[in-house]
Amino acid sequence: MVKKLMSGNEAIAYGAYQAGVKVGAAYPGTPSTEVMENFATYPGVYAEWSPNEKVALDVGVGAAYAGRRAMVAMKHVGLNVAADSLFYASYTGVNAGLVIINADDPGLHSSQGEQDNRNYARFARIPMVEPADSEEARQYVGVALEISETFDTPVLLRTVTRLAHSKGAVEFDGELQPVAPPAPDPPAYRRDPAKQVMLPANARRRRPVVEERLQKLGEYAEQTTLNRIEPGDPELGIIAAGAAYQYAREVFPGASFLKLGLVYPLPRRLILDFARRVKQVVVVEELDPFLEEQIRLMGVTVRGKDIFPLYGEFSPHLLRQCAAAAGLVTPPPEEEDPRPPLVLPVRPPMLCPGCGHRGIFYVLKQLNVLVTGDIGCYTLGAAPPLGAMHTCGCMGAGIGVSHGIEKAGVQEPRVAVLGDSTFFHSGMPPLVNVLYNRGATTTIVLDNRVTAMTGHQDDPGTGRTLQGGETTEVDIAALARGMGYQRVDVVDPYELDQVTQVVREHLQSAEPSLIIARRPCVLSRREKHPAPVVDADICVNCGTCLELGCSPLTQEEEHVSINVLLCNGCGLCVQVCPTGAIAFNA
Amino acid sequence: MDKKKKDFILAGVGGQGTILASDILMEVGLALGYDVKKSEVHGMSQRGGAVESHVRWGERVFSPLAEKGRVDYLVGFEMLEAARWPSYLLKGGTAVVNRYRIPPPAVNLGQARYPEEREIDSLLAGRAGRVWWVPATEMAQELGNAAVAGVVLLGALSTLLEGEEALWLDVIERTVPAKFVALNKQAFLAGRRAG
Ligand SMILES: Cc1ncc(C[n+]2csc(CCOP(=O)(O)OP(=O)(O)O)c2C)c(N)n1
Ligand code: SF4
Ligand code: SF4
Repeated sequence: MVKKLMSGNEAIAYGAYQAGVKVGAAYPGTPSTEVMENFATYPGVYAEWSPNEKVALDVGVGAAYAGRRAMVAMKHVGLNVAADSLFYASYTGVNAGLVIINADDPGLHSSQGEQDNRNYARFARIPMVEPADSEEARQYVGVALEISETFDTPVLLRTVTRLAHSKGAVEFDGELQPVAPPAPDPPAYRRDPAKQVMLPANARRRRPVVEERLQKLGEYAEQTTLNRIEPGDPELGIIAAGAAYQYAREVFPGASFLKLGLVYPLPRRLILDFARRVKQVVVVEELDPFLEEQIRLMGVTVRGKDIFPLYGEFSPHLLRQCAAAAGLVTPPPEEEDPRPPLVLPVRPPMLCPGCGHRGIFYVLKQLNVLVTGDIGCYTLGAAPPLGAMHTCGCMGAGIGVSHGIEKAGVQEPRVAVLGDSTFFHSGMPPLVNVLYNRGATTTIVLDNRVTAMTGHQDDPGTGRTLQGGETTEVDIAALARGMGYQRVDVVDPYELDQVTQVVREHLQSAEPSLIIARRPCVLSRREKHPAPVVDADICVNCGTCLELGCSPLTQEEEHVSINVLLCNGCGLCVQVCPTGAIAFNA
Repeated sequence: MDKKKKDFILAGVGGQGTILASDILMEVGLALGYDVKKSEVHGMSQRGGAVESHVRWGERVFSPLAEKGRVDYLVGFEMLEAARWPSYLLKGGTAVVNRYRIPPPAVNLGQARYPEEREIDSLLAGRAGRVWWVPATEMAQELGNAAVAGVVLLGALSTLLEGEEALWLDVIERTVPAKFVALNKQAFLAGRRAG
């Protein structure tokens, strides 16, 4: 047995393979994306990018019904999209094991919101395990599948960004052989409508089964080695799970610990026993007081959110500060630097040089259009100097929001923008809605032929699957025409005049319409084109080109310059320069 | 062997190769018999934004995040990015910094000022026992590829750490894609000789 360094996500993929998972489905989303990317590379497994999380979960449920162990992965907000399926799957149960990897993002490193998805476990009455490092992540996948099969339920495995994207040592047996026995080949789907058709009559019969299951899981929670007491100083007893456990271990090295691996349902007797052994119980958990409130209901006097914050990401430093303020540890020495602070300019993420999205947002800004947006790299079009997006809530929201603004009576010219992956995720129903309800929204699909934001995954428009096979390229223009859209145009976002003209035409017409701005993502294609040159004698340093917000363009004393190492030669600055000072060498 | 803990922060700009460098550093720690962990954030923070990796070596490492005020080595891939982290350094810790500027957008647009080298030096020296400036990008360019600047920095850093040259080179060979191994080894040795 050797040790291999793996991220939490890599370890989950390896653990799933070892546990004999045969079907995997996911929609990308930071910090969960690499789970399915890695799982897809193991021999003898099927893995797919589904168009959204709900479809992914249904695929996982189907595979589990059919007797194959299955894994589904998504980020926290993805589970909102898949929630409907989560709830029916809780009622129907599974046949073979089904594990749902759910990645929370405390501190919003790459998300539109912070939410504590442990609440979904309680809400849907589904058990949830939470590993605290890569090795546990590997092991817990197998345990989750066993729980799933023993108790006939889907099981949630929760990670957070600091687990998913942190690396640590994992037991690696080198042999690429699943340890779980191979399932019979091919599997037999056992028809069981009383259990799998959730008509009210059937669902009513399943309802008490769900509660009985939870009771049994509560008993299991008392016995399982997932939960363990680590004896220490009886003065202070810490209850923690996941990444927060690791931070707490650093800050309270001598304390007694109850380390939870199963975070729902909780082991009541074990907790009461732990509380009796120590003088003071403190729960260390990120986000909601999920454990704390349940433990308090058990009659235990417990501290938690009166010491540690309710939102944001924890760190050893933050815990130490809070614990010091509460008198639990000695405060770290304050060493103030007496010198005046140095002001450091921020460095926000930006659209890449040569990104096709830039041309569209530049034109929309010039036309002063109200832009309802969506989530992807193109959300960076909201940042200055482009500043050409005015709403962005969640994936698929932009078209519906634009339609609502219209129906409220607003007269301003409007467009909704969304990416190709977002279109397939949740853009089609609101596009149909505009047509059905006689709206006039113009929708622009920023078709860069990839799911760029999350690291360049394939999607139904790219003609390739997750495991590299060629497949049908879903044609967005044909799809829109098939829905009944009469006005559908395809433009190249590098051609500013063409884009301006087509957007104007669409805004002037009273019918609903669709523009597809097609230009492959330059970063995913690793394309590199030569830079244009600024003629310093002609440049009047007016700064017009800087409005593009393209990082190679720098204002010097006398003129603008282009960093040729960064520039990708898209030619937008050539087109917007009012004096013709920027040109490509012939 | 001395297994005193060592914490590192590698700070730079998305696309500069902090992830590869932190992977190498981790593998070296593991090969030296340490428990190791590292943490970094992917996603929105790329696309030219600020990025940082925490790497931790120790007898037993719990948190993948290093603690503010307790980091032994700050490795700056870019000057401004190095300047964001001195408060994380242990008093008397070491900063190894690439003498290389990537102006952020506000500076390009003339709305903000990029600090002078001496200002950054004095900021770092406020906590660091040693601030070591390495012209890593320049050295990497001489080798024909600015992208290996991070490995040049690792070469310099390696002179302050345990581990034979051969061990580091072996890790590079295992960690870097085959066609870049020779270049990265050259970069590492160039950095090591700068020490
Ligand atoms: C429900 C949900 N799932 C996943 C994500 C993560 N996510 C953010 S943007 C995005 C896709 C972006 O792809 P696309 O629409 O093609 O735009 P691009 O980034 O390529 O410009 C994903 C998967 C999310 N924010 N919400
Ligand atoms: S990764 Fe692609 S889509 Fe995203 S900003 Fe860069 S070029 Fe644009
Ligand atoms: S050609 Fe101009 S706009 Fe295009 S990437 Fe280069 S500097 Fe940016």
